[in-house]
Amino acid sequence: MEHTSLLERILRGAALTLVVIFFMFPIAWIFMMSFQTNETILRIPPQLIFEPTLANYTALITGKLVTAAGTLDIAFMRNLWNSVFLSVTSVAVSLLLGVPAAYAFARHKFRGSEDIAFTLLSFRFAPALLVLLPLTLYFQKLGLANTYIGLIWVYQLICLPLILWIVRGYFEDIPADIEYAYRIGGHSWFATFRKIALPLAGPGIAAAGLLAFIFAWNNFVFALVLASADKQPVTVGALAFITSSGIQYGQISAAIVLSITPTLALALYAQRYLVEGLSLGAVKG
Amino acid sequence: MSASALTISGVDKFYGPIDRGVHAVKQLTMEIARGEIVALLGSSGCGKTSTLRMIAGFEEVSRGEIAVAGRKVHTLAPVKRNVAMAFEGYSLYPPLTVRENMAFALKAARLSKSDVDAKVASIAKLLEIEDILERYPSSISGGQQQRASLGRALIREADLHLLDEPMGQLEPQLRAVLRGRIKHFIKERGLTAILVTHDQTEANALADRIAVMEGGVLQQFDTPDMIKRRPANLFTGTFVGEPPMNVFEAFVGTTAGKISLKLPDGLSLDYDKDAFSGPVRDQLLARERVVIGVRPYAVRRSKDGVPATVSANQWLGDQTHIAADFAGGSLVLVEHDRTRLELGAPIKVSIDPKNLHVFDQADGKAISHGMELA
Repeated sequence: MEHTSLLERILRGAALTLVVIFFMFPIAWIFMMSFQTNETILRIPPQLIFEPTLANYTALITGKLVTAAGTLDIAFMRNLWNSVFLSVTSVAVSLLLGVPAAYAFARHKFRGSEDIAFTLLSFRFAPALLVLLPLTLYFQKLGLANTYIGLIWVYQLICLPLILWIVRGYFEDIPADIEYAYRIGGHSWFATFRKIALPLAGPGIAAAGLLAFIFAWNNFVFALVLASADKQPVTVGALAFITSSGIQYGQISAAIVLSITPTLALALYAQRYLVEGLSLGAVKG
Repeated sequence: MSASALTISGVDKFYGPIDRGVHAVKQLTMEIARGEIVALLGSSGCGKTSTLRMIAGFEEVSRGEIAVAGRKVHTLAPVKRNVAMAFEGYSLYPPLTVRENMAFALKAARLSKSDVDAKVASIAKLLEIEDILERYPSSISGGQQQRASLGRALIREADLHLLDEPMGQLEPQLRAVLRGRIKHFIKERGLTAILVTHDQTEANALADRIAVMEGGVLQQFDTPDMIKRRPANLFTGTFVGEPPMNVFEAFVGTTAGKISLKLPDGLSLDYDKDAFSGPVRDQLLARERVVIGVRPYAVRRSKDGVPATVSANQWLGDQTHIAADFAGGSLVLVEHDRTRLELGAPIKVSIDPKNLHVFDQADGKAISHGMELA
C-alpha cells in the first residue's frame, strides 16, 4: 500500500465527502420529501425537521389520491408493474437477439458487417421524437399501438444497440485460439459459443443487460406516445401527480423512491460488473 | 490406408479477396509421411502459421487442396479433421484446471475415467507438470501454461499433431530436456507432427525434415543435414545456420590459369582451375557474376590468404566468433580455440573451395556446393 500523509488523507476524505454530498443530495432530499405532506414540503424556508407521514406511500399503494379537490384514482402500482414487465421482457429479448449477433460481429467479419453494426448503433443517434411520429402512424395501422408487444419492440431501439456493442467488445477480447482449441478438441461452433464464449463474456453480458435495463426503465417518451394509461410505465405514470389542484410533490417523491428502488438495488448489487462492462467492453474500438 | 499423413497440393492463402488480398502462402505443395516430424521454419510473416492454421481448419484455403491421412479435409470443419493442436498463445480454458484442460478432449471422445487418468498422468510426467495438475491456468507461469497446452495436444490420438511454437516460453535447460523426451514420445507412438518454429535449434533437434519458408513460398524441404550442407538458395543458406553464412557478390574471371572470384575493394579469391570439379568449373566460367557463400566455421586464417581487419572478437566459452571487415562487408569466422586478436588487427583469411557455396546472382538459386553441383 502506498504511504500517504495524514493531511493527504484528510483532504482526500473531504473531497470524497463533497462529491458524495453533491450526488446524493437530490436523492436524499426526495427521500425526505416522500415522508412529508405537500404543506411541509412547500414551507419557505425548507426545514429539515418535520413530522414524518406514510400517507404518500399509502395513497400510492391503495391507488387513492386524496387532494383538496377530492379523491383521484391513480394507477401507480399498475405503472410499476408495467415498468418491471416492459424492462425485463425488453432486456430478455435484446439479450436473446443481441448476444448471438454480437458474437457474429466479433468473430465473423463478413462484407458489410461493420455497416450493419453501425446501423444498429445509429438507432441511438436519432432523436426519439423524430422517430415517434411515423412510428405512431405505423403502429396504429399495424394494431401495435397500446400493446405490450409494440412497446417491447420499440424498446429494442434502446436495448439492442447497447447490448450488441458492449458484448461485442467482450467477445473480441476473448482470444480466438481458446475457441479454436475447443473446436479442434471435437466440438461444434455452437457448443463453443455456449461453453466457452458465453461464460467468458459473462460479466460483460451482465453489465450490458443491466445498463439496458436501466435505460429501458428510465424511458419516458416512447411509452408516453405509444401507450395509454393501462400500459404505461412509472415514468409516464408520474404525470398523474400533476393534478388540477396542484402538483403532488409528496406522492411524486414517494413514487420516485419506489420506482428507483429496483434499478438502484440492481445497480448496487452488480456495481462491479457495471464498471467492468463500461470500462472494458465499450471502450475497445 | 495411405502412407501419407498430410498432402498439401497447390495451396494458396489470401487474406482478403482472392488474387487481390495479401498473398500469405503461395502455391504450397508438400507431402508428409506417417510418423514423420516436420518443422515449418521461417521468420515471422513467412506463412508458416497460416499454413498450420489452414491444416487445422481455422483459416480457409483460398486455392488448392489439403488431405489428412488420404482424406480431403480443406472444406471440413476443424472438429471433423481429426487433428490436435498446441497453440502459441496456450489458449487453455480459464475455468478448468490443468488436469481438466488436458483431459477435456479425451472425455469428449468418451474414454473411460481410468484411461483418462492414466494418460494424463503419463503426459504430465513427460512434461514435468505433475505438481500443477490441480491448478488453474491463471495461477501458473507462462512456461507451465505452455507445457499444459502442449500436453493437451499430445494426449490426443489424432492423425496429425500441430504444434505452434511449442517451446518458445520454456527455460533453456528444460527446453533441451523436453525436446528429447517429446521427440521420443512422438516417435514411440508413431505420431505425425508438424511444428512451427522460428528457432532453428528446435527444428534441427526435433524434425526429420525441415520446410524453410519465406515470403509465403516454400524455399526448401529437406533433412536438417541437407539443408545445412546443400541450401537450395541464398535465403535458406543465410537463414539456417548460426552464425549465418557469409555471402559476397563476386565477378568470375580467369587470370594466369586460375579462376579468380573478384570481390569489392580490389580483393580476389584465386583458385587453381583444378581446385574445382569439372561441372562446377564449367558453371562458374559460364557466368560473369555470382554470389558466393561460406559458413563461418569454414573460414580459415592463413598466411597466404586475403587481408581483412578484425572488428569484433567474442569468446563464447567453447568457441571464438571473430568478425572482420572484409571486401566492403563483414565476414564472420568461428574458431574452436580461444583466439586473442586486438580490434583493428590485420588478419588473412582463406576459403577452401570445398566449402564454397555458389549461388546465381540474379535469382539466388544454388549453383554448387563445394565440389558438387546443386
